[in-house]
Amino acid sequence: MTKFVKGNEAVVIGALYAGCELYFGYPITPASEIAHGAAKWFPMLGRTFVQAECETASINMMFGAAGAGKLSMTATSGPGFSLMQEGLSYLAGAELPAVVVDVMRAGPGLGNVYPEQGDYMPAVKGGGHGNYQTFTIAPASVQEMLDYTIEAFKMAAKWRTPAVVLVDGLQGQMMESLTLPEKELDRPDFSAWAAQGEAKTRENLVKSIYLDAAQQEEFNNHLQEKYARMAADAKAETFLCDDAEIVICGYGISSRIARTSAEELRKENIKAGVFRPITLNPFPREQLAAALKGKKIMTIELDAGQFADDIRLNLAKAGLGEEAAKVRMVHRMGGEVVGVDEAIKAAKEVLG
Amino acid sequence: MKILEQKGMYSEFPRCGKAHARTTHYCPGCGHGIVNKLIAEACAEMGLQDNTIFVDPVGCGVFTYYYWDASHISAAHGRASAAATGAARARPDAVTIAYQGDGDLGAIGFNNAFQAASRGEKFGCIFINNSLYGMTGGQMAPTTLEGEKTTTSPFGRDSSITGYPLHVCEVFNNLKAPVYIARVSVADTKRIMQTKQAIRKVFEIERDKKGYALLEILAPCPTNFKMNAQDAAAFCINEMEKEFPLGVFRDSTGDETNRPQSIDVPHFDSCASLFIEKDSAPPVEDDPAIAEKRFKFAGYGGQGILSLGLCVAEAARLEKRHTLWFPSYGPEQRGGSASCSVVVSGTRIGAPTVEHPDVLVCMNQPSYERFAPDVKRGGLIIVDESVPVDIPPPEGVTLKRVPAIRMAEEFGVPKAANTMMLAALKAFKATGLEDGNLETALCASFKKKPQLADKNRELLKKAEEKLQNL
Repeated sequence: MTKFVKGNEAVVIGALYAGCELYFGYPITPASEIAHGAAKWFPMLGRTFVQAECETASINMMFGAAGAGKLSMTATSGPGFSLMQEGLSYLAGAELPAVVVDVMRAGPGLGNVYPEQGDYMPAVKGGGHGNYQTFTIAPASVQEMLDYTIEAFKMAAKWRTPAVVLVDGLQGQMMESLTLPEKELDRPDFSAWAAQGEAKTRENLVKSIYLDAAQQEEFNNHLQEKYARMAADAKAETFLCDDAEIVICGYGISSRIARTSAEELRKENIKAGVFRPITLNPFPREQLAAALKGKKIMTIELDAGQFADDIRLNLAKAGLGEEAAKVRMVHRMGGEVVGVDEAIKAAKEVLG
Repeated sequence: MKILEQKGMYSEFPRCGKAHARTTHYCPGCGHGIVNKLIAEACAEMGLQDNTIFVDPVGCGVFTYYYWDASHISAAHGRASAAATGAARARPDAVTIAYQGDGDLGAIGFNNAFQAASRGEKFGCIFINNSLYGMTGGQMAPTTLEGEKTTTSPFGRDSSITGYPLHVCEVFNNLKAPVYIARVSVADTKRIMQTKQAIRKVFEIERDKKGYALLEILAPCPTNFKMNAQDAAAFCINEMEKEFPLGVFRDSTGDETNRPQSIDVPHFDSCASLFIEKDSAPPVEDDPAIAEKRFKFAGYGGQGILSLGLCVAEAARLEKRHTLWFPSYGPEQRGGSASCSVVVSGTRIGAPTVEHPDVLVCMNQPSYERFAPDVKRGGLIIVDESVPVDIPPPEGVTLKRVPAIRMAEEFGVPKAANTMMLAALKAFKATGLEDGNLETALCASFKKKPQLADKNRELLKKAEEKLQNL
């Protein structure tokens, strides 16, 4: 049996199936339904919901909960996500697992509550201070908002890292059918390092401070090695790329616009395909190179070109400098969404 | 010299990075050193070392994890109370103690500390007030005395531009939730003994899960006071205590009747028991033979536009179709026009936005003007007869005017105009969905008000009959 729920509700259901025990959050449109669902369902399952006084408090409450060895989460949108960057740096610096859901809205500043993808760089590259990254995953449907929230918790626990579920306001608000998971995940055991207030964890110390420069460098190297190993968990989806003349790239909601655009172009005998990164960090670079080698490339995005720049960077790092130089983009900002008509027209222009 | 074992502290301090270190990083005469000993002693004497989670601050107290033999979480600057909230909520059986200073609690983290106290979080907050920022270099703090010289008040704290010293205990004492609020000092032996009792009290409160406790401790900082240890202690007693009188501001630990009552929440054992709806729609099945159909529903907020869209979506789900529903949201939903999009497909749905609807249902003029020009060739517009259609529909698009609002009024249920529109969708076979499923979906939308389900089913039937006669 399926449920018909908003993407935001699917996030909460996913978190609960993933074994998330605490929710700390401050309401913000268009992410508020996540707080509403959590306020209702966490206590009904004997878990904890705390309405924090601000996003800074939310992320630091998560720091405390994770430090005490429990999985926790929050959900927010642009302005709140900005406030959480320091906390994300601390979580990464103390190697603590926790999940932040960013339901992106238009910015900068107060902007508005309509969908944008302008938080790409801070989410994917580590928007706070220091050399850290988060595991970042980008669902594109209500089902994936459940599935990839669960994946985010798995990866956060596996890699001892904060994870970000990066979606936009449109995905948060839309409803689709949802199939529930067969079972809940087992609760991970963090007693090896967490401060749990138990005899076996008495010696444990959770911290991000290394007063000695050599030790701090050693820790930084350790983090970078961890991020390199994390690449094994990169995920991507391709659609009709093999014979494509043009590959349209997009993540999240843009990948769905890309898919419809490719289908429509195929109806006109134009060979179009879609490359969609599912994990944005680790970025699926090998899959990207395989799908885009020798092709014409266009991105669809709801930002000023942050995603296109990352595609160029990853192509260049994969040795496809020529392709990188030719990446074109169709984009909208401010809460406007790229239309299929607009994308098709742009793709035709790229093809010449 | 025989070194006495200090209760509750590690016998050596290797975490400071030096082999066989036995001395703390605190300056001679610093209040932190005394308080650190008292906390360690209380924790050990009460047998709580296995159960305690210390949340350490940023400031001179940052290195308490070198010393106290219990588990530690080292928080961000100002956030010890937020982190302690997280730890205490995650581990309700543990004893959580946050340790904070003037800058950490009084300035950058004031709201986090204040709000944690207001929520009655179950942790104890030990707040060291030495009237300035120690670790960062003796700058002015919210607690700096009037006229006191610091590195950022080099001519003395000028109250005409920096205000007056912040009284943390007095401010927190306006809150209802805390069970214990007190100010003590470690400036002389008598005061140290009182402080030890107060620290034990904080541990007891947290051990017994009584609630939030705040203990402010006046402490000398000889280095930044630029005084010797004796003069610094005298400054604490003679100057600081004038501004910050010692005493117990609140102790309701003995009053068990004054605890907040919790509200009952229905309990479920598992996610499955909470979320699985046995009578809900079957799983989606792919059927490439079913063409994709895109709908737009639009009108004024309150006309039931969003529910009408949901009803069509639910009927599609009953037919195992891929289904998507998307509302206008944000400020729009709080007045003026409302709209929603529905996509129904035999295969996976790509773009969620409906740029060119196959079917547009319109209940007001602004919606007609906004969406009608985009309707797909071969598509259908159903519009309420009250809407003037000054702009003709695009070429190849059928326009049907329906007296939905008037019929609903005639049937005595003006709110049911959306059900009238559903009747029109049925009558014009506009959805490609089975009549039975549309009716079932309509009834399902009144799951919480079954009497309305029957009423609307009846209205639907009456409306269909009337529409056939038009």
